[in-house]
Amino acid sequence: MSENSQRELSEEVVIQLKQMHKWYGEFHVLKDINLEVKKGERIVVCGPSGSGKSTMIRCINRLEEHQQGQIIVNGIELTSDVKNIEEVRREVGMCFQHFNLFPHLTILENLTLAPMWVRKIPKAEAEATAMHYLERVKIPDQANKYPGQLSGGQQQRVAIARSLCMKPKIMLFDEPTSALDPEMIAEVLDVMVTLAEEGMTMICVTHEMGFARKVADRVIFMDAGQVIEENNPHDFFEKPENERTKLFLSQILGH
Amino acid sequence: MTEQKYPIGQYPNLPPPKNSVGVVAWLRDSLFSNWFNTLLTILAIYIVIKTIPGLLDWAFFSADWVGTSRDDCSREGACWVFINVWFDQLMYGRFPEDQVWRIQASYIIAIAAAIPLFIPAVSRKIKTALALFLLVLFPIICFYLYYGGSFGLEVVETTLWGGLFLTLVIAVTGIVMSLPLGILLALGRRSNMPVVKSVCIVFIEFWRGIPLITVLFMASVMFPLFVPEELSPDKLIRALIGVTLFSSAYMAEVVRGGLQAIPKGQYEAAAALGLNYWKSMLLIILPQALKMVIPGIVNTFIGLFKDTTLVLIIGLFDLLGMAQLAATNPNWLGFSIEGYVFAALGFFVFCFTMSRYSQSLERRLNTGHRN
Repeated sequence: MSENSQRELSEEVVIQLKQMHKWYGEFHVLKDINLEVKKGERIVVCGPSGSGKSTMIRCINRLEEHQQGQIIVNGIELTSDVKNIEEVRREVGMCFQHFNLFPHLTILENLTLAPMWVRKIPKAEAEATAMHYLERVKIPDQANKYPGQLSGGQQQRVAIARSLCMKPKIMLFDEPTSALDPEMIAEVLDVMVTLAEEGMTMICVTHEMGFARKVADRVIFMDAGQVIEENNPHDFFEKPENERTKLFLSQILGH
Repeated sequence: MTEQKYPIGQYPNLPPPKNSVGVVAWLRDSLFSNWFNTLLTILAIYIVIKTIPGLLDWAFFSADWVGTSRDDCSREGACWVFINVWFDQLMYGRFPEDQVWRIQASYIIAIAAAIPLFIPAVSRKIKTALALFLLVLFPIICFYLYYGGSFGLEVVETTLWGGLFLTLVIAVTGIVMSLPLGILLALGRRSNMPVVKSVCIVFIEFWRGIPLITVLFMASVMFPLFVPEELSPDKLIRALIGVTLFSSAYMAEVVRGGLQAIPKGQYEAAAALGLNYWKSMLLIILPQALKMVIPGIVNTFIGLFKDTTLVLIIGLFDLLGMAQLAATNPNWLGFSIEGYVFAALGFFVFCFTMSRYSQSLERRLNTGHRN
């Protein structure tokens, strides 16, 4: 079942969160988060809404700012230093719940914009890379359309391709399937599974437990801003230890 | 129970019922849909019948078109002779007659350079080059053409500039300068840096809080009291700066409205891809925000175009000013209506053109959904 949990992992740590805390004003959203992610590791983060799981992964590319503790990504510590933040963001791709494609640009332009303007790659080369990834997400024929003309599932696959065009070392997924119709979830998950199989380091916030069982090396359960339980998928689903985890699992798997 | 006409799942696409499409349906839906609308339609027809023939008669059928003095006018209709005689002044003010070719030359250059911008077949590179020419080189050429003083052209003081020409100088300068300035102010007002933010807020609120007449009056009357004459720029330049700063404050608020309408996800997606502040603004946020507020931007442009008439109070005679001046000429007393109608037509042509252009621009830039 969870054959991947026994996978050999490299010892290289690419993401490190040490005693990280975050507040929104007076509200303590993230409490003492400690997390180490090794190169090639696939992590699924789940938990009830409002538990801080999205906030946590958004801290990793500093879309959210943490107030205490350390976050080190690819050996670079995230502080208010803008240069460091931009360097981290170049290497960390992110997919959002609502895709966030740029509606005024065609699909191809969405994919080539960052490589051309951030990595200074020539247009022809950026377009070749873009077409390569569009083929991988199986929609090369949509290259000249605008995002508004695509279905949700197609848009999310474009969003994944857009991140991949930057050749990131790490991919963050923030509930990539929760805004999709049931028919479209599978096509996005397929792309994510392929990506996982190719050895991409991934952190996914998702409620897709099937995906977690299939690809995760580790499942992290969060509630009220804390990491409650952390285990390999087999043990996580079969013998959860914490009462809160049991309740959550019974609610989402119970029907 | 009705009989099943088609096999299940194979129902064809039928045409709509006859009376729901076509001219008759349109008439019924838009003009006579209920008793109140019918009443309004009849009332509107009545008003049109009562007013239009008289207006046409005054403006065309009984009007006098040819002649050289007021004696050529029968006064039964409009006296377009008045416009004819004063035409050059209405167009160019008191610009010396033998130098008017300089203005005409600039118009021709502008039109020749602008036309390719509206032809879809012209390549992007040529369009960019022409746009840069119009925005950078052309104003400099215009300055030397209009003011003169070098290249063997005699100096024409700005006090002689007037008519539609002056209206265009003020309006175009104001429009071209106020948009970029307004965008910077709008970005500044949303900045995280407290100093930048407060400077922009104070600037915007100050210029929005005072009437344009005050600005112009200050620029022309108060300014020279504080600044020694040698340092004080030309009256027209002071007016231009006043108009530009004034409308940039309005522009800033229009643009800010657009910036606020962009979903947070767009900023985040740009940031997550590693784009820095200026790149994400220029490539992602502003193209969408500006597109969204085209109606507001053009509204400000149109407002600015018409506000140029206020320069009359500082002794500059724009199109409307010249019309008024001509009507107060002792030989032509009593023809102010023709003057105003002509000025109104002039303004309408430009404002309506801007309005139509903005609508076609909106349609062209529409890429379906906005996120």
